[in-house]
Amino acid sequence: MTSGGVHSGEAARRRLRKRHAAERRFRLYGLAAIGLALGALVTLLGTVVVRGLPAFFGYEVTLDLHLDAARLDPQGGRRPGDLGRGDYGRVVKDALRALFPEVKGRRERRRLHALVSSGAAFDLRERVLAEPDLVGSTIALAVPLSDDADLFFKGGVDAEAAEADRRLSDAQITWLRALQSEGRVARRFWTRFFRAGDSREPELAGIWGALVGSLWTLGVTLLLSFPLGVAAAVYLEEFAPKGRLTDFIEVNINNLAAVPSIVFGLLGLAVFLNLSGLPRSAPLVGGLVLALMTLPTVIIASRSSIMAVPPGIREAAMGIGASPIQVVGHHVLPLALPGILTGTILGMARALGETAPLLMIGMVAFIVDVPTGPTAPATVLPVQVYLWADSPERAFVAKTSGAILVLLAFLVAMNLAAVLLRSRFERRW
Amino acid sequence: MLPLTLALLLLSTAAFVLGRRRAFAVVEGETRLLHSQPGSYGQWVALWCALPSLAVVVAWWLLEPALIEWQTFAGAPAEVVELPPERRELFARDALALSAGEVTSSEPGPALRAAAGRIQRVEGLGQLSVGGLAAAVALMGLGWARGRIRPQLRARNHVEAVARTALAASSLVAILATVGIVLSLVFEAARFFALVPLGDFLFGLEWSPQTAIRADQVGSSGAFGAAPVFAGTLLITALAMAVAVPVGLLAAIFLSDYATPLTRAWVKPLLEILAGIPTVVYGFFAALSVGPLVRQLGERLGWEVSSESALAAGLVMGVMIIPFVSSLSDDVINAVPRSLREGSLGLGATKSETIRRVVLPAALPGIVGAVLLAISRAIGETMIVVMAAGLAANLSANPFEAVTTVTVQIVTLLVGDQEFDSAKTLAAFALGLALFLVTLGLNVVALVVVRRYREQYD
Repeated sequence: MTSGGVHSGEAARRRLRKRHAAERRFRLYGLAAIGLALGALVTLLGTVVVRGLPAFFGYEVTLDLHLDAARLDPQGGRRPGDLGRGDYGRVVKDALRALFPEVKGRRERRRLHALVSSGAAFDLRERVLAEPDLVGSTIALAVPLSDDADLFFKGGVDAEAAEADRRLSDAQITWLRALQSEGRVARRFWTRFFRAGDSREPELAGIWGALVGSLWTLGVTLLLSFPLGVAAAVYLEEFAPKGRLTDFIEVNINNLAAVPSIVFGLLGLAVFLNLSGLPRSAPLVGGLVLALMTLPTVIIASRSSIMAVPPGIREAAMGIGASPIQVVGHHVLPLALPGILTGTILGMARALGETAPLLMIGMVAFIVDVPTGPTAPATVLPVQVYLWADSPERAFVAKTSGAILVLLAFLVAMNLAAVLLRSRFERRW
Repeated sequence: MLPLTLALLLLSTAAFVLGRRRAFAVVEGETRLLHSQPGSYGQWVALWCALPSLAVVVAWWLLEPALIEWQTFAGAPAEVVELPPERRELFARDALALSAGEVTSSEPGPALRAAAGRIQRVEGLGQLSVGGLAAAVALMGLGWARGRIRPQLRARNHVEAVARTALAASSLVAILATVGIVLSLVFEAARFFALVPLGDFLFGLEWSPQTAIRADQVGSSGAFGAAPVFAGTLLITALAMAVAVPVGLLAAIFLSDYATPLTRAWVKPLLEILAGIPTVVYGFFAALSVGPLVRQLGERLGWEVSSESALAAGLVMGVMIIPFVSSLSDDVINAVPRSLREGSLGLGATKSETIRRVVLPAALPGIVGAVLLAISRAIGETMIVVMAAGLAANLSANPFEAVTTVTVQIVTLLVGDQEFDSAKTLAAFALGLALFLVTLGLNVVALVVVRRYREQYD
């Protein structure tokens, strides 16, 4: 070997080094791409978790409420109708003023009252209606603080900033600190977030209404898309004659799977609302729209699962005299069911996270009541996220993230169920 | 509705039991004499019980609106009957709302109250008579079918014929959905184009549909030139692709050619998580975190950045589409035959040279197909742009400015209450039609490209 050859000289070594450097660079690009994608995932989830966890906790202040009979039950009969009309807000305000007797003047007093949520009066009313005998006595009740006061204890208010730049005045911060040093302020797990409907007040708003709406909507979706999808898949795989019509159906299914979700919303608006006159904002219509949207997913998953059942099973069943329908009903479908269910659950998970088509059919209304049926006005979890994200109050940022966490928890649970189903029951032939 | 369904369910169950018992009785327990199994006879009777009465219920559903319409104006005072069509429609809608105890658009007068009363009568009568009729038909079907049970009756074949028809019918739902989408978009868009010429819509440079304030100000007042909207969509899509294509493609290459099986087993599902996150979450992230970040960055560099920049929406949308590009490219890259790689490696090429000069050119058609599918996904994406991009229709290629997209406009035009006949709402359907056609075209082209490429190596 001489050192002057094309493949072994100094130039050749330099060439090789360059090529190997290019190789390492290329590998690095790939790593960087994956790092970027995973970094984005971690940032996204991390942001939501960090911002969302405070939504699950909140601060309450314990007030000594004097349940003055003159204010709550002037008739004196302790009848629920009379008790329901009592001036509970006054009682809460009196309790606050008793704590800070030095506060004078309308503006200052209003600021003091603003520390406690408007939900305090409702809580008190509920308590009194449950136990009418309390009227006349003095009780200690923990009531929610307003969203600004809550944010102060969560560290969201910079007391060093200029007074005009923050939502709480100097006096309000002094009062809050005084309440805290008296041991009246306590951090609680915020069950209200899970059991209340929507509200304009962040500290009173909850996701229960949206969650129930999501359940009704998904129920309608499942009820329609599962039987229709499986039946269509069975027909296409087992019975459909090869021909133009079958090809056309397949093209349609593939196209439907690629249609932007918002177009399904337009369909729902034009056909279900305007043509059929179904109610706006109803889970029934939302479920219909989402069913059409998930139908291709269910059909495609079911078809591949049915196709995976070996032909030998069909032939054996036919050999002992089963009719085509019996072959499908007794043998193919039970064997394909795990795959079908997996696909259906994944389709449902997608439907649960879908927002855009539901905006079109009016499921964006501000709805306080928990929906009671498929035709009652409702909203769903992702739409609730959208609504809260649009709200100007700062405390809604935490509520939005909290709702996202709940939504993600459901999605994770559904995906886990699908994975478990697949690994436990799916047979490889 | 619910009691009717329950009653029908109960009746058909009874029919099944009766039919099965009858089959036993006909052959005196010697079931081998029967053509089908006893259960099939039961199913046959149950079908005869349920299907005709279902037909009655469906027929009533179809008939009821016409009956109500007729009753609304039958016997109404002349001044109501002679109202112009829109007012007539309003009257009918109010009468219906009043009969259901809902809010009407104006204080109900005596004519309206009378009409509502008539509607209530029709509905009450309908519920009673249809319920009765359905029950009678169900019982008749039951009795007739039960009487016809003979050992020679091919019950199973009859039942299976019904089942096969039902299966075929469900596969037609996919066609129905497509037809529904096309018809609803085309009809409403046609009404829009009757108000605004097609040329003005496609090439007009000014988009301000929100200007129609008064009811008599239809169509002519708002500007419906959608070019800025299309341009905004293109800009955001291009930004998203600038993120998703390189990252997705490089990730796919790394996973298929460099990563150890263990890395691949972990990273691939993690990437798929990105595809499973609801878009509203991405939108929240874009509006709350990325938007302000982009703005701060721009300000530090001394650029004018609006708080709802195209860049923030495009970047986040790009992240959303990464798994879409990477999993499709992964399939395509894996489909390149081993022999091509081995040939290249055998000639002394390094791994990256093999990928760049052999694998990628061979996989190019498939990758192009994947990118086209990703573009169609980006164009149709709604929530990210609704939450993070702006509403102002700027005709601009500057990613730091706020632009608007087709989907954003559809949402803003249709969310909230408005007259369904105004050009403003109809414009949403015209935009929807454009969106549908473009995404459909992209998908068809992509599928053709991918299929042709696959055939090359099969």
